[in-house]
Amino acid sequence: MSNPLTRRRFLIGGALGAGALAAGGYAALGRGADVDAVLQSAEWVTMDAQRALLWRGSLAREFSEADISPTFRVNGTQAPDSAAYAALHRSGFADWKLKIGGLVDRSLELSLADLRALPSRTQITRHDCVEGWSAIGKWTGVPLGHVLQMAGLKPNARFAVFHCADELERTFDGSGRYYESIDLIDAFHPQTILAYAMNDAALTVGHGAPLRLRVERQLGYKHAKYVMQIDVVDGFENLWGGRGGFWEDRGYQWYAGI
Amino acid sequence: MSHETPRRRSTSRRKSVLIRRHSVLTRLTHWVNVLCLCVLLLSGLQIFNAYPRLHWGEYGADADPAVVEIGADEANGKPRGYLKVGGVSLATTGALGLSTVDGVRMRRAFPAWLTLPSYQDLAAGRRWHFFFAWVFVFNGLVYLVHGLWSGHLRRDLLPDRRQLGPRHIWREIVDHARLRFPSGEEARNYNTLQKLSYIVVIAGLLPLMVLTGLTMSPGMDAAFPQLLDIFGGRQSARTIHFISASLIVLFVVIHVAMVVLSGPWNNMRSMITGRYAIRPKELSHE
Repeated sequence: MSNPLTRRRFLIGGALGAGALAAGGYAALGRGADVDAVLQSAEWVTMDAQRALLWRGSLAREFSEADISPTFRVNGTQAPDSAAYAALHRSGFADWKLKIGGLVDRSLELSLADLRALPSRTQITRHDCVEGWSAIGKWTGVPLGHVLQMAGLKPNARFAVFHCADELERTFDGSGRYYESIDLIDAFHPQTILAYAMNDAALTVGHGAPLRLRVERQLGYKHAKYVMQIDVVDGFENLWGGRGGFWEDRGYQWYAGI
Repeated sequence: MSHETPRRRSTSRRKSVLIRRHSVLTRLTHWVNVLCLCVLLLSGLQIFNAYPRLHWGEYGADADPAVVEIGADEANGKPRGYLKVGGVSLATTGALGLSTVDGVRMRRAFPAWLTLPSYQDLAAGRRWHFFFAWVFVFNGLVYLVHGLWSGHLRRDLLPDRRQLGPRHIWREIVDHARLRFPSGEEARNYNTLQKLSYIVVIAGLLPLMVLTGLTMSPGMDAAFPQLLDIFGGRQSARTIHFISASLIVLFVVIHVAMVVLSGPWNNMRSMITGRYAIRPKELSHE
């Protein structure tokens, strides 16, 4: 009853399908690095898709005072373990200055008092850790875009890199030092701020004193704590692991919008 | 049946006809979906292990009450794995919370043999999960567009009026319980329970997985804050994602059991080559 032609087509189709599966299985078993590269390609598809859906100004949801988490989990570094940081902390960060350099017209050095005198933004937002938990907190700080405009960007500026005081991994070459990077779309997003206060009090050491980044449309590891220096760059290939951040160098996605 | 002779059985077998049951697109998307769901489940459990607690609402971390928690503690000086659901705690040593990897007791929510990769590596789990999430979504869209365009969904999955009668459904439940499956003309189409469960999975659970998954993305929440209102917050969405995944696992268990019980070779052949054998109705049925 069956038409031999269609049956042949089915058999050929089935054989091709089985062959493709076998080839895929072989690739998965034999060539781990290549498979990883294929899997990683999804990150850029995700980023392009989200950027297409996200209007540049679309805001992360802001909550009310009543929604603030009773306890905001301290994650990553609890306190940077260095004599230099301890000295800064002892003096209440009076001697601390945020350095802004790289591809800018004017390098800047701003004290906490300088930053507090600049226009500020306060937002109650949800912090999402890559591990899966969330906490809601109230953050006050200077919009990063404002600081970058003060410094003036050179035409080839593409990313802002944040160098931090904490070392999550002890290494001889310093590659265990925390750093992060975002592109200019996120750097100039209205909710991207350099926060010096949390829940109406000065930032605690656990949450990144004296200054931390808030980049609300991405996961927690992008929100660098203990920011010491911001470098504007055109690429981060030559920095440490070359992937734009401490966790990125250890396999996490650079685009952490998901 | 008891009065059947072997000879008779052989004649009835000769009379069975092969029909075309599944289109090539249904078969292809089915098996791609099998691959996707396996990888998504195992990498999803890897991701869950990074923070093995589920909350309800907008936020939730260690200090906040959990709806579900898998963990390990000490009881009478001995390490013990547990699963807590609501206020009930179950000892799950060896499976959940505390399991053995290469002879070493380890604190981990889901055991190594249920996670991808087997060792703890959240970054790798996320890479597997998001790559196959894209494959799953594209595969699902191909299936749905083809299903709507070709009429497959309406013709094969939508139950007709007769099938939705309470007496008919009751009859099917009784038949299923007795493991008596349709034969003859009736076997040409899906039965009502089959149609309903496929619809629940295709139109309910699978889209729910995608939407709750997207609600966990801070980027998607900024683009579509409505997602947070639909599911009552990011942590609720994470919990629903987990429950919905569990229901899909339950569906797969029943689905595979039904495939085995109602003729594994015939069913497998129909999902590979498309051909399905219909046996004539047995005479003993009234």
